[in-house]
Amino acid sequence: MGYKAKFRVWRGEGGEGQLEDFTVEVNEGEVVLDVIHRLQATQVPDLAVRWNCKAGKCGSCSMEINGRPRLGCMTRMSTFEETETITVTPMRTFPVIKDLVCDVSFNYQKAREIPSFTPPKDVKPGEYRMQQIDVERSQEFRKCIECFMCNNVCHVIRDHDENKPAFAGPRFLMRIAELDMHPYDELDRKESAQEEHGLGYCNITKCCTEVCPEHIKITDNALIPMKERVVDRKYDPLVWLGSKIFKRSGV
Amino acid sequence: MERHEYDVVVIGAGGAGLRAAIEARQQGKRTAIICKSLFGKAHTVMAEGGAAAAMGNVNSDDNWMVHFRDTMRGGKFLNNWRMAELHAKEAPDRVWELEEWGALFDRTKDGKISQRNFGGHEYPRLAHVGDRTGLELIRTLQQRVVALQQEDEREHGDPEAFIKVFAECTITRLLKDGDAIAGAFGYWRETGDFIVFDAPAVVLATGGIGKSYVVTSNSWEYTGDGHALAVLAGAKLINMEFIQFHPTGMVWPPSVRGILVTESVRGDGGVLRNSEGRRFMFDYVPDVFKDKYATTEEEGDRWYTDQANNRRPPELLPRDEVARAINSEVKAGRGSPQGGVFLDVSSRLPAAEIIKRLPSMHHQFKELADVDITQEPMQVGPTCHYIMGGVEVEADTGAASVPGLFAAGEVSGGMHGSNRLGGNSLSDLLVFGRRAGLGASAYVDGLATRPSAADVTDAKAEAVAPLERTGGENPYEVHHELQRTMNDLVGIIRKAGEISEALQVVEKLKERSKNTGSSGSRVYNPGWHLAIDLRNMLLVSECVARAALLREESRGGHTRDDFPVMSADWRQKLLVCSAAPDGSGVTVEEKVQPSMRGDLISLFERSELEKYLTEDELAEYDAAVKES
Ligand SMILES: Cc1cc2nc3c(=O)[nH]c(=O)nc-3n(C[C@H](O)[C@H](O)[C@H](O)COP(=O)(O)OP(=O)(O)OC[C@H]3O[C@@H](n4cnc5c(N)ncnc54)[C@H](O)[C@@H]3O)c2cc1C
Ligand code: SF4
Ligand code: SF4
Ligand code: FES
Repeated sequence: MGYKAKFRVWRGEGGEGQLEDFTVEVNEGEVVLDVIHRLQATQVPDLAVRWNCKAGKCGSCSMEINGRPRLGCMTRMSTFEETETITVTPMRTFPVIKDLVCDVSFNYQKAREIPSFTPPKDVKPGEYRMQQIDVERSQEFRKCIECFMCNNVCHVIRDHDENKPAFAGPRFLMRIAELDMHPYDELDRKESAQEEHGLGYCNITKCCTEVCPEHIKITDNALIPMKERVVDRKYDPLVWLGSKIFKRSGV
Repeated sequence: MERHEYDVVVIGAGGAGLRAAIEARQQGKRTAIICKSLFGKAHTVMAEGGAAAAMGNVNSDDNWMVHFRDTMRGGKFLNNWRMAELHAKEAPDRVWELEEWGALFDRTKDGKISQRNFGGHEYPRLAHVGDRTGLELIRTLQQRVVALQQEDEREHGDPEAFIKVFAECTITRLLKDGDAIAGAFGYWRETGDFIVFDAPAVVLATGGIGKSYVVTSNSWEYTGDGHALAVLAGAKLINMEFIQFHPTGMVWPPSVRGILVTESVRGDGGVLRNSEGRRFMFDYVPDVFKDKYATTEEEGDRWYTDQANNRRPPELLPRDEVARAINSEVKAGRGSPQGGVFLDVSSRLPAAEIIKRLPSMHHQFKELADVDITQEPMQVGPTCHYIMGGVEVEADTGAASVPGLFAAGEVSGGMHGSNRLGGNSLSDLLVFGRRAGLGASAYVDGLATRPSAADVTDAKAEAVAPLERTGGENPYEVHHELQRTMNDLVGIIRKAGEISEALQVVEKLKERSKNTGSSGSRVYNPGWHLAIDLRNMLLVSECVARAALLREESRGGHTRDDFPVMSADWRQKLLVCSAAPDGSGVTVEEKVQPSMRGDLISLFERSELEKYLTEDELAEYDAAVKES
């Protein structure tokens, strides 16, 4: 059951650091975050890591495990060989504060740049009527736990800080799609997605979809449809007008 | 040192804190929101089942009076009835308002917000989104804060002019000017630097205390900070002996022990069985609930489709009853192989339906326990989940006894009495979060002068101490011993001898915690943070144990093996904890609850009240009924 695993963990603060080797006990059923916690409790009490729910619900424990963005709390130790050295590093796209903890303020900044939900003024609370089928598309995107791993993995910003100001990243492009598909949202968001939030940078590699722990089809269901409608809209204003009229009457 | 001036400082960014902050900002107050984790990660994000509000969308017989009655019953009539009344009346408006801010709840066929069944609720009442309702709630409130910031940016050129989030910042002391609140002192987790907030009003919305127990559904944040901050500032805690052990936590593998399995599994048809395959809950329906629950499996099953002509299955009894029943089955040797009981939905719903209704449970069991809940039963057992006790507040305003101090959400006490119904927390956060925000704003408006800035020398020395004792004891070990002690000695079933033993251990741990040291720098140092949190966990644990020792009856989240029955005399009494500013001298005093207003008590049948009230109270009831 229990065995000793070899861990290689990024340690450092203030822009400097290195991988350090540890040997640490692992018990049946444990996940990587359990092992990191055991390191904290027994060997390196000041090892910095974020977590809250330990059940894949809060999106705090994002890290890179053997180079892949993963939630530490949902990565079972049983998926590795007992002899394997497991390398744990912080997300690469964001500046490291200390050890496994990064400065993710980029994401909160971007969240604030997306215009908020804009319902019609004359619908009173309690009067909203929506069919399940009409809310499901946006509900898929609202499953997002803001682990920011999609933004972390997206090549547009992963090694390109220079693109950050112009690109909201898949998480927040998806937020635009979510609002756009909300039955009661009144803003036209397609043009700004393209012009202000960098939809055009995305070349649909789907890396974001692959890492999403909520299995949200970010590229297929949010980004591509939005790109298609941007194109429609640019070439055929009637298509756009039609879709808006349809949408209102569907409310 | 970094120093900020605000009108209202809200400590906590869960549902209660965010709703309070939104209200304070809408009242034109400069508002700070402070939280220990990143913005959007507070405990509220983990809530699964839903928010209870008598909107009557699924069953039009539902209304605030039915919800009020259910809440009082769930709490075994110890609830602050004014809070239960406000909660039942205002919850629908608070849920509807979320839709205006962008929330997308699951829908009924006619396009309204869908509502699901939950333990102790007479009708389907929980607004929900699959089993991730807390995520929807916190994200909506978070996005509302962002919307207000965008408004402020347009109007004032600065998004943070009126509402600002201080994330990963921990408050360690409330500051006072004489008797009244003057602000709060804390540190940035990221840098270890200190920060001071000067403010006439502070709203505590820090959540619960579960991290004092080993088996818990709660995260590292639940170290009882708000409870402790309030007591240290001179406020009072009530009902601390009442802790909710949720009946269904995961039991295997060991590393996930305690993680919650939502009550929706039962609300949507899941059943509990012991190792003999028996639906044992039929054997555990207590007298007070006998006429409300089905006596045969057939009737219980029919109830899911026909509630008018059948009674609900006993799996949906209030949580305290179900947790005790599971505990007894396991003790009697009829448990599952991993020490729990079986919770089965696989034989009750088609696989596709399970995945649709309970997606995150499906995911959680598959990923963490290699169990496919559409094919086989889960194994579950009780887990420390929620504290009913908390800061004693005025129902209408959330005001604590210290002028300028307010509290809302799990950190406040009274609303849920001795046991909270599932789904009543999320609605509580919204109703009383808003009221505390209003209360704090009105308090600030009523002040002639702002309090003068407090001295923080002592607060600083206290916070930095663990770092200066580099050779000291490992705080993780002290924490672990506290968790074991509370779990084993002040858990679901309690005895005087064991509680006294726990108090002795806590006393020793208090000494040891004064010698804990933390190596490393001040930058994002969890060992240091834990050493600071220990003060709060120990203080709160002492309050829990002392109150538990005094209350010589069994009621809701407090079961005494040596006093197994509920007592009408004890129902009238609240236990009130207070302590000195250094946390010493914890005292617990009895206080008599005011009796229920006539129009509210008349909502109950006499035959039901007889099970709870004293003869004198029943005479008051008769008089009230006569009058109306
Ligand atoms: C797994 C799980 C499932 C649940 N499901 C449901 C459900 O379906 N329905 C329901 O009604 N209830 C449910 N509950 C209960 C409910 O979620 C909680 O009671 C509720 O979310 C508490 O909200 P809150 O706003 O009081 O505090 P929280 O959401 O816990 O927020 C506390 C905040 O205070 C901050 N804080 C704490 N201490 C400090 C400090 N010292 N300095 C600065 N900030 C601090 C934290 O960082 C956090 O932001 C569930 C609970 C759990 C654990
Ligand atoms: S699909 Fe687009 S957004 Fe997603 S990772 Fe690729 S480029 Fe980035
Ligand atoms: S979309 Fe998925 S990967 Fe991206 S932040 Fe949300 S949960 Fe994480
Ligand atoms: S700890 Fe919440 S997602 Fe991992």
